[in-house]
Amino acid sequence: MELHDLLGLKARRRFLSDVAGGIGMAAFADLLHADAPNSLNVNPLAPKKPPLPAKAKSVIFMFMEGGPSQMDLFDPKPGLAKWSGKPLPESLIKQTRLAFIKSDAKVMASPRVFKPMGKSGIEYSDYLPHVGSCADDICLIRSMYTEAFNHHPGQLLLMTGTTQFGRPTFGAWALYGLGSESQNLPGFVVLTSGVGTSGGATNFGSGFLPSHYQGTLLRNQGDPILYLSSPKGVDRNTQRATFDAIRDMNQEHFLEKGDAEIASRMAAYELAFRMQVAGPELADFSKEPAHIREMYGIDKEPTRQFGTNCLMARRLVERGVRFVLMMHASWDQHTYLNRELKKHCNLSDQPTAALIKDLKQRGLLDSTLIVWGGEFGRTPMVEIRNTQDPENAGRDHHPLAYSMWCAGGGIKGGQVIGKTDDLGFNIIEDKVHVHDLQATLLRCLGFDHTKLTYRHMGRDFRLTDIAGNVVDKMLV
Amino acid sequence: MTAYNKTHMRLVWLGLVYVMTLCAQEIPPAATRPVEFEKDIQPLLRKRCLACHNGQISQNGVRLDDGAAALAGGYSGPVILPGKSAESKMVIRAASNKKGFMMPPMGPNLTADEVGILRAWIDQGAKWPAKAAAAKGPPKQTHWAYLPVTRPAVPEVRNRAWVRNPVDRFVLARLEREGIEPSTEASKATLVRRVTLDLTGLPPAPEEVAQFLADNRTDAYEQLVERLLASPHYGEARARPWLDLARYADSDGYEKDQVRPYAWRYRSWVIDAFNEDKPFDQFTIEQLAGDLLPGATIDQKIATGFQRNALTNREAGVDRAEARFEQLVNRTSTVGTVWLGQTVGCAQCHNHKYDPITQKDFYQLMAFFNRADDEDILAPVAGEMGAYLRERPEYERRRAELFDTYKVEAMQEEWEKQMVATMDTPGKDLEWDFWATSMRAMVDHAERSLRTPKLARTALDAERITYYFINNPGPANNRDKEKMDCFRDLRRRLGDLDSKYPKLSQAMTLAENPKPTPAYIAVRGDYREKGIPVEPDTPGFLPPLPAKEGANRLALARWLVAKDNPLTARVTVNRFWQELFGRGLVRTSEDFGTQGERPSHPELLDWLANDFTGNGWSVKHLIRTIVLSATYRQSSDVPKDLAEKDPDNALLARQSRVRLTAEQVRDAALEASGLLDTRIGGPSVRPPQPAGLDALGYGGSVKWRESEGPDRYRRGLYIFFQRTVPYPQLMNFDAPDSNVTCSRRRRSNTPLQALNLLNDPVFVEAAQALAVRLLQEPSPDRLERAFLLTLGRKPTARERERLRKFLDEQASGAAKNEAAAATLVPFVPEGRKVAETYAWTGVSRVLLNLDEFITKE
Repeated sequence: MELHDLLGLKARRRFLSDVAGGIGMAAFADLLHADAPNSLNVNPLAPKKPPLPAKAKSVIFMFMEGGPSQMDLFDPKPGLAKWSGKPLPESLIKQTRLAFIKSDAKVMASPRVFKPMGKSGIEYSDYLPHVGSCADDICLIRSMYTEAFNHHPGQLLLMTGTTQFGRPTFGAWALYGLGSESQNLPGFVVLTSGVGTSGGATNFGSGFLPSHYQGTLLRNQGDPILYLSSPKGVDRNTQRATFDAIRDMNQEHFLEKGDAEIASRMAAYELAFRMQVAGPELADFSKEPAHIREMYGIDKEPTRQFGTNCLMARRLVERGVRFVLMMHASWDQHTYLNRELKKHCNLSDQPTAALIKDLKQRGLLDSTLIVWGGEFGRTPMVEIRNTQDPENAGRDHHPLAYSMWCAGGGIKGGQVIGKTDDLGFNIIEDKVHVHDLQATLLRCLGFDHTKLTYRHMGRDFRLTDIAGNVVDKMLV
Repeated sequence: MTAYNKTHMRLVWLGLVYVMTLCAQEIPPAATRPVEFEKDIQPLLRKRCLACHNGQISQNGVRLDDGAAALAGGYSGPVILPGKSAESKMVIRAASNKKGFMMPPMGPNLTADEVGILRAWIDQGAKWPAKAAAAKGPPKQTHWAYLPVTRPAVPEVRNRAWVRNPVDRFVLARLEREGIEPSTEASKATLVRRVTLDLTGLPPAPEEVAQFLADNRTDAYEQLVERLLASPHYGEARARPWLDLARYADSDGYEKDQVRPYAWRYRSWVIDAFNEDKPFDQFTIEQLAGDLLPGATIDQKIATGFQRNALTNREAGVDRAEARFEQLVNRTSTVGTVWLGQTVGCAQCHNHKYDPITQKDFYQLMAFFNRADDEDILAPVAGEMGAYLRERPEYERRRAELFDTYKVEAMQEEWEKQMVATMDTPGKDLEWDFWATSMRAMVDHAERSLRTPKLARTALDAERITYYFINNPGPANNRDKEKMDCFRDLRRRLGDLDSKYPKLSQAMTLAENPKPTPAYIAVRGDYREKGIPVEPDTPGFLPPLPAKEGANRLALARWLVAKDNPLTARVTVNRFWQELFGRGLVRTSEDFGTQGERPSHPELLDWLANDFTGNGWSVKHLIRTIVLSATYRQSSDVPKDLAEKDPDNALLARQSRVRLTAEQVRDAALEASGLLDTRIGGPSVRPPQPAGLDALGYGGSVKWRESEGPDRYRRGLYIFFQRTVPYPQLMNFDAPDSNVTCSRRRRSNTPLQALNLLNDPVFVEAAQALAVRLLQEPSPDRLERAFLLTLGRKPTARERERLRKFLDEQASGAAKNEAAAATLVPFVPEGRKVAETYAWTGVSRVLLNLDEFITKE
């Protein structure tokens, strides 16, 4: 839907007379709220009610790029020890596709120690003591699967529901369906840590949806939002005076031309001004108390960067941002599995748990849906790229069975969904396809995933393509 | 939608054979009685199968409404094996209850009795009596776009005085039917800005505006149009939308997103082609098959870069066959959209739901491209060759010395031997396997080059292999620290040497493969599931190729622009119309299929198509015809009654106000301020962007090295397009992501655009430069000059008053704190004050942010 489609002609006439009648800019406050009386609907991101009752109002999607190793973190497989050093039974690997290793690669047991956590007693790896301590809030899915077994296609599938280019990402769909509660921050915000991901900007694009639904990258340096600060030498008063002059000139032109696009540009400039005010406040952590800073680990290494993003995610959600995509790269441990996995767990485990606990203590966990996971998992078999270095062992991509977890926002915590076989190779109970997860997450947001559609090139498209079933067990 | 149609069921299909065996064990036994087709089988087929397997839909190529067709089978081969019911796919799938596999995919499963009867019929010979009438074949096409282009008569109108050319009669006839008056002509000032933006992508200079306003000749506008059509910027303006269609970018896309240093050769070709008004049929032929033309020139080969713009997935774990397949799919879909206005991509996985294109059509179309290989060629640009030839011998001598010093040849030979051995027998050495996999992904046709004797390799291939080896000498050499130090030295010295000597530019082209791999239908769009073989051919619902023998890309290209092709000319004139009115006569310019919108003026569309082809496919002729029409010249004001009757301006009772494209917004700001570098063509540039943005690229591999000097101020279409980390201003203003073809840009209106225009250093710099320009130029009325430079018109009294007030406030404010103000004013023109410059910078910022400034009225 283009912006001008949204503009009712009746409303346009009223706006014209309001401006002419001298109400002028006072009316803008109303224009920005879809639900306000006299609304002109010039803001395509105005909040909308979902069609179904829903708990989750916002989403924090912690996208752990690369494929975190499920059998070293979430899905204990003592059975692997028995097979260690031997190839898998032939019946299992006959039809397997692997990115790098050959199907006769040897099984590698996990050196990790798993312990039951919380009242629910769900087992988590010793690399994840903090996340494990949230076990009762987490719904751990041990039976995720996907079709793509390479990074970029896998990421496209997870984010857009297909491995083809050109489709909107999850965040864009959420914004399209729900708008944004925040009137002075972008509705779909992207935070990054680690190195760049395989998907880059394609993980938060709007595809064929209008570009106002695309994710806005919140930056780690400089302005949090690109071009948020006024130029050097332009103070708040001058900037406001500039906005005013632009508005008056646009208004003058609008009266002459009668084109509603001018009115919506005027509204966009007002939003931009508000963003300029709200942005610095968002990025100012100085009022966060010491115990909160400590909890997230933002003043120390190695948790500083990831912790800062987690705290930022909470602050964004508090301010009504609909969808926060945190991208952390990379969990792609083809080599040095133990060392690298430990590194990434060490920098993310505490802040991740802090985010859950902090949202909970603020009463925000119920309305915030947290999703954690990558585009696929890793093989029970070893990958070796340097035969001389025994520490070099890693694991290859594995799409047939892997783990993700969700918490908050209508998700029932303290439970495990699904089961894999003794080798963690195949799922033997409650398979959850990426489309099923997407369907479930959309349900948490109040949508029947088959009905949140957008017509493009003659077809109604949706996030779940033409598949997906809600996993009822996951819901409260 | 059904699970049956699911596009990516790869894993399910992966185990197809296995599952089939499994299912076979569960198949109910055949009925023991004799069965009769018409009594026992046909009703069952009608009830449960024909909805999808009839002459019109024939899912997966299977028809069960016609004896011969049914026994011939579908895209994945026969489904009925007379006498062998347990092996017949029809029975196996009818007996299955596995979702995504069972038939029918929805509703209750067939009962054991029903399966038993089917089995009995097959076992008894699958007899299909001739009298069981064959059902209807595909219906005759009635969709308007598939019918031949008509030759409509130019209609009569009442208000003849308004008409300037036949275009207007079609538009006016419709308006008169609707009882709507056309709008009056736009003011001359509006007209000159509009047509200059449309034909060159740039706003007119004040002098050009003044000249036009002062030109009282009756054909002043016609003269202006001729001048603009001859401007070298005309080609740039036409090129940009075409580059959207060509999904042009400067990098591979996907994870590695490697730079394509010579992608720009294709862009320059497009600009030149439009500037020289290359006939569109020739333009088409060269992009699809320039390499196949007799005595193909380098330029004609460069044109095939259109195909090379498809993404390349170099993620090492990706099967090369898969990466290639995806690329061919991209090429096929792109051609379908660009020339035929058809969403053929749907047919990758299944017959099109709404349009007559079948899955077989798709793979036949793809088979044309399956026969072509990617081929980088040396394609020197003017002036390169002399220096190259002069200095090459010395360069080669010095490089040979360097290679001798480091014993490159011997080491490379050893390495190549191991590499080839690994490719021959993979699985023996894990490390070498990995290195071979990586090389295959990173170097185009690596294996073919390696297996070609050294002396028989093309110069480019030989060089590529050597450089790849020097940069990636592992794995064995990797363990030898001393050797690695040597390689490091070698790389440094080689880099030094290379930077000192001239190189020849290259180009990315296509070349026909003399021994192409056979083409198959990919069942359900999965490249590993080979269905029946296919030969190159055009879609069945369109006029046939003149000769099927030797059908190649050249034949395809000629077919696209053949007289009886009903789509190409219509689709093309519609796109140019869209460029000039903000929407096409067919609003869905990418989709002329049954789901697309119908044309608002079908006769006009056909008249234009005829006029276009009848005038030698001249794009300049077409553009001239349109912009000279009274329709084009109307005012874009939106009167209240018209806004209600025709909010989308489908009837064309006025022009449309259209926001400038991302590139035009930037170009206009740089042009108004006098910063724009108007050089045409050449490699892409990287204007400044905020630090750290490139970190978004995979593993930190993307590096945005800012261009220096005037390159920072080149036009937007020259900005380097890195697919995974696109330039933010382009994305803020709705530039397409270049991953798939884009026929129609959206026009959004967002606060991020406002921030971009207000605070992006590029636009701040433009405002600063504009202020300095205003203060340096002798002008009695500086405010008027500012308006002319930005909006191409004089201010109204009210506007003048408002900006004067702003100017005074800013000046007095800045005077109070000159030190602070000075930070916005990097340069104060001689004889001017900081405060004054500050205030004019402010005024410039206001003007560059106005809706009118970024809009074509």
